[in-house]
Amino acid sequence: MNPTPSQTVGPFFGFALPFSDGADPAQAGLPDAIRIEGQVLDGAGDPVPDALLELSQANQFARCRTDTEGAFHFTVSTPDAAFFDLVVLARGLLRHLNTRVYMPGVEDDLLAAIDPRRRHTLIARRSGDVLQFDIRLQGPDETVFFAVD
Amino acid sequence: MASDLQFEPPYLHPAYRATELRAPRNEPVTLAREWFHRAPGPVFGRIPMRPGDADLTRQHAGEPLGERIVISGRVTDSDRRPVRRTLIEVWQANAAGRYIDPVDDHPAPLDPNFTGAGRCMTDDDGAYRFVTVKPGAYPWRNHANAWRPAHVHFSLFGPSLASRLVTQMYFPGDPLIPLDPILNAIPDRRGRELLIARLDLDTTIREWALGYRWDVVLRGRDATPAESS
Repeated sequence: MNPTPSQTVGPFFGFALPFSDGADPAQAGLPDAIRIEGQVLDGAGDPVPDALLELSQANQFARCRTDTEGAFHFTVSTPDAAFFDLVVLARGLLRHLNTRVYMPGVEDDLLAAIDPRRRHTLIARRSGDVLQFDIRLQGPDETVFFAVD
Repeated sequence: MASDLQFEPPYLHPAYRATELRAPRNEPVTLAREWFHRAPGPVFGRIPMRPGDADLTRQHAGEPLGERIVISGRVTDSDRRPVRRTLIEVWQANAAGRYIDPVDDHPAPLDPNFTGAGRCMTDDDGAYRFVTVKPGAYPWRNHANAWRPAHVHFSLFGPSLASRLVTQMYFPGDPLIPLDPILNAIPDRRGRELLIARLDLDTTIREWALGYRWDVVLRGRDATPAESS
């Protein structure tokens, strides 16, 4: 049977999908807590203020909508794996996008198989106490997104 | 799969203007189906759900205005097996075509008795059921005199990352459907029809609410319910 097709999340999900502490499953300040923050940008380099991001790995699930600057943040526990899975939904995205947030300094087979010129778009950068990860939907530094075969 | 692709909208669909600067221009990197399906789905248990969340007409002191409707159906995988105990989230405009969301500036009235957001879990047969009011159409500035057909947004998780689905359900016979760039981004008519519910007198509540049936098929074949144990 054909899967049900996707449609955009639209601009008006903010009252329905975000939930209390949704972006912060881990408690800030605990030893294994990490803060991941960044911005979602469109092909003109402008912020995307109506995106919804879902970060997951093993038992962790976090959801954050971007603010008027396209900014988001998560407070999560350091993953056992090398990366978090990240789902990107937004007005203007008729289907959601799948990508990964790799921890700095780690390697795996999938990362090694990515075009070296684009690989950095999947790796979070350490910036003081936080990990920085921007998502560029389009443009010269477009984030690598994944699809099922 | 090629057959799927005609049923899915492309990322870039210029008739829906917002895609132009948001659609990635690189082809996505294809991951093996096995890999994607082995990646466990998100643990959505943190999303709070209360009994009664599936009845959007009883979230306030009074009753919302509009046509009461029941939307029910089954969630299955591509092999028609039920997707059990998976979370469904819905959200919609009120009967006047206005979302309670602060981003919505359409000057139609808010309804103090309607929020327009609900949640439920599928049962052991993959069945779900919401009670709500029929949402109104609303203008959206995509092009001159653009109006969205009435729709209810659905978000479903399913067992793996590959089964995640966010989509919209439409109503049969809506004259705005042929004019809508979002639904019509799906190239194949049969794909578009998968998003249109059918009127179902069997699930109507007599003298109370009209029934609509809408089944959902999530991507994936080796679906073992991740959250049923």
